Amino acid sequence: MSPRPGFVLEVDRSTPATLMWHGEGYRLERLPTGARVVYPPEPLEPLADPRGAIRHVLENPVDSAPLSALLRPGMRLTIAFDDVSLPLPPMRRPDIRQQIIEAVLDAAAAAGVDDVVLVAALALHRRMTEPELRHALGNRVYDSFAPHGLLTQHDAEDPDNLIHLGVTDAGEDVELNKRAATSDLLVYVNINLVAMDGGHKSVATGLASYRSLRHHHNVRTMLHSRSFMDQHRSELHSSNWRMGRLIAESGVKVFQIETTVNTDTFPEQFSFLSKREWEWSARDRVGFLATSSALARTPDRVRRQIFHSMRSPIGLTSVQAGEVEAVHALTTENVYRQQLVEVDGQSDVLTMGLPYICPYNVNSIMNPILVMCLGLGYFFNLYRGRPLVRQGGVLIMSHPTPWAFDPVFHPSYIDFFEQVLAETTDPLEIEAKYEQSFATDPWYIHLYRTGHAYHGVHPFYMWYWGAHALDHLGRVIVVGGDPAAVRRLGFKSASSMADALEMAEDVVGRDPSITHLHAPPLLMADVR
Amino acid sequence: MKALVFERSLPRYAAARVASSWVPGGGARVGPLRLAQEEDPALPGPEWRRVSPILAGICGSDLSTVDGRSSRYFEPIVSFPFVPGHEVVGRLIGGPDDGARVVLEPVLGCAARGLEPPCAGCASGSTGACERVAFGHIKPGLQTGFCADTGGGWSTSLVAHPSQLHPVPDGLGDDHAVVVEPAACAVHAALASGDVEGATVAVVGAGTLGLLVVAALRHFCLPGAIIAAAKHPHQRRLATELGADHVVEPAGLARAVRRHTRAMAVGDGLSGGADVVLDCVGSADSIAEALAVVRPRGRVVMVGMPGVTRVDLTPLWHRETQLVGAYAYGVETPPGRPGPVRTFELAFELVQEADLGRLVSARYPLDRYADAIAHAGAAGRRGAVKVVFDLQHESRRPTWRTAS
Repeated sequence: MSPRPGFVLEVDRSTPATLMWHGEGYRLERLPTGARVVYPPEPLEPLADPRGAIRHVLENPVDSAPLSALLRPGMRLTIAFDDVSLPLPPMRRPDIRQQIIEAVLDAAAAAGVDDVVLVAALALHRRMTEPELRHALGNRVYDSFAPHGLLTQHDAEDPDNLIHLGVTDAGEDVELNKRAATSDLLVYVNINLVAMDGGHKSVATGLASYRSLRHHHNVRTMLHSRSFMDQHRSELHSSNWRMGRLIAESGVKVFQIETTVNTDTFPEQFSFLSKREWEWSARDRVGFLATSSALARTPDRVRRQIFHSMRSPIGLTSVQAGEVEAVHALTTENVYRQQLVEVDGQSDVLTMGLPYICPYNVNSIMNPILVMCLGLGYFFNLYRGRPLVRQGGVLIMSHPTPWAFDPVFHPSYIDFFEQVLAETTDPLEIEAKYEQSFATDPWYIHLYRTGHAYHGVHPFYMWYWGAHALDHLGRVIVVGGDPAAVRRLGFKSASSMADALEMAEDVVGRDPSITHLHAPPLLMADVR
Repeated sequence: MKALVFERSLPRYAAARVASSWVPGGGARVGPLRLAQEEDPALPGPEWRRVSPILAGICGSDLSTVDGRSSRYFEPIVSFPFVPGHEVVGRLIGGPDDGARVVLEPVLGCAARGLEPPCAGCASGSTGACERVAFGHIKPGLQTGFCADTGGGWSTSLVAHPSQLHPVPDGLGDDHAVVVEPAACAVHAALASGDVEGATVAVVGAGTLGLLVVAALRHFCLPGAIIAAAKHPHQRRLATELGADHVVEPAGLARAVRRHTRAMAVGDGLSGGADVVLDCVGSADSIAEALAVVRPRGRVVMVGMPGVTRVDLTPLWHRETQLVGAYAYGVETPPGRPGPVRTFELAFELVQEADLGRLVSARYPLDRYADAIAHAGAAGRRGAVKVVFDLQHESRRPTWRTAS
């Protein structure tokens, strides 16, 4: 039986309570009659033979010669790969990156290529830890490259390993990892979890410096990306595409390998998280009750460890290789095939439950800035056409939003939250007044380069990610959040979904139309 | 006269210490302070004047005294029993200027003590540095409010030497005038920072003194940036209004200083730091914090009265930090101004320009002294800054005696 597509349910009196993520936990909430719930499509069948499919596309790429024809003895080969921010949650071994990189290395070895360097395409993300690298690449790759210094992580602050390739027609500097840009061949290994990922963004963002990134990671770009998940209406993508074309014109030969995955997001014992509530089996109900009750009695730290040790059974649904734009067109089709759900019109209120993880807190705390970014950045923008909520409408997010930060991974976030947001939450004002000083702060740069810290400017990007939503919405309400932290974000706090819906009426009037985004598993709303 | 009298009583002193360990200001109910009907203090000399207090503030050092927590260092330079209260605006009684309003400069220096020639401190105008506060024709007492002969502000009558009196300009309200004395302390402390033009200055604490220091720095010095640590929301608002560039919660001070000065973090301290830190709290924690966030060879100014504390001075030694005290007032030469000026003159100017009368949050009659002191002890938590006694109508109020 083929997987069922996404589905929009209209709540009636017989509809069971709706499961909503609430950080490191979940809740059952009763939505008012007439509310809509947008469910993701069921997982597509994964490829039966991923390794075979990978080998096939390497030799049968689109708009490119086969990989084997691009490899020759004496050449410099760099293999860049997406970092720990993908996929979410981290997938079961073997990771897609491991499978692809092993195949590329087999081809390189067969062609007699000796000069091979691996680069984690971090952009301004934190450096990956050894266990994370081992998980993504496998022990065989790690042990072959890391001891010799050939497994590297992109350092956007290393002046000796950056090269300025030029300026686009729009005046955007393109500055990249020198090793990657001066190699005879740059193979990029991507995992496309959402429609924003991949394409020219892989190299132009993942291997770039702050000097380059600031041209598209800014408030203006975000306000002109509607949404940044829709590459045809995204200034973020337009900028990356301009840069990508300049990179190609500069002579950098990129062999892009992109993959898509299905929505089989959670392991068997949490299968109820992926099901429609009225289809829960007795086992699902028991699973929900047992895990809810156990989690309620578990200390925060342990609960976080439990969730972050979760490994996703996610399956590979497609792999394509070759020229960047041709590859990405296929990738986007495959993402849409899995995630797109048609939704008829906008609503006054959009509700969502936010989970424990986003791309920037793998193995860490989801701090309040990341809560904002996940809700107003990622989830709000999971649309094509129009946002799920109307202009001036209300977004209600369920998340504990603790006033808590990981000082190792997110040091500049703490200062951003305590010093910048204490003064203003206006993205434009924040950008104008504070970005430069954080971006060039020597302490943050030191921690980014030598520790596992996100770059000093990263919390600004998280805030900019939500700029379109902040501009669009009339109010944001957080259910069950730490009131002080929620207030600092500039949002309103509610103790229950019922209270939040009542508060929303102050903005959108009585008996508002309501849509609930039932994710994750992820979906993309095609709003007509 | 009606007065709050502080007597030497070791059992009551101990009781105050115990009570105040539960709640700051708790010593007022059980300690050596009592409300009494006393004889007016005698005039120590013909030139001395009698003053009827209008408002008298409750200061941090008063709280320490009432709570039995002040240092034994003061024992030889105070005399018992005394009437506390050294932040005073009052009216002159008798003489050609009868009824004129005055602010008291409480230090009892050589002039007030009839000592000729004056000590080096008093000769230079720095009465706060007087070497003879335990000598002369009046009993020991570093200030009015700690001397058995002069009375103090927490009463309906005190005596003052002309050298201690400053006329209040007609347009200046009583709320403003009662803040002049602590403002003078703040001006002196701000100017004790040295040349801070363009420098980063951190202020630890945002009670009355901390807020006044922020105002004084902004008004008389030309700092590059003032970073203030304030615990309570109203303190943060006032610190911003009075001129702080960055106001943070106390736990965020080191991070704010680090970010502003672009220093590196090293353990619990910083590689660099603020050029000057003014500690307006005076606790072991605040001194340690000040030492942690000041740059090497920077200056820490102790403004809050510290008492006995235990602090690791290794960073002071290693970073060659200057640790200086800032007590009272005298004469100052603010940057860009000619000549030495009495600190009180500058304080009058500051109080007027920065509208500091707004810091007075509550007035109490003497009868409710325990409530007043409890309020002052919990000022931050209760959204207050300066709590004062209102003595204007005390003569018309019935006298009330404590049960003891």
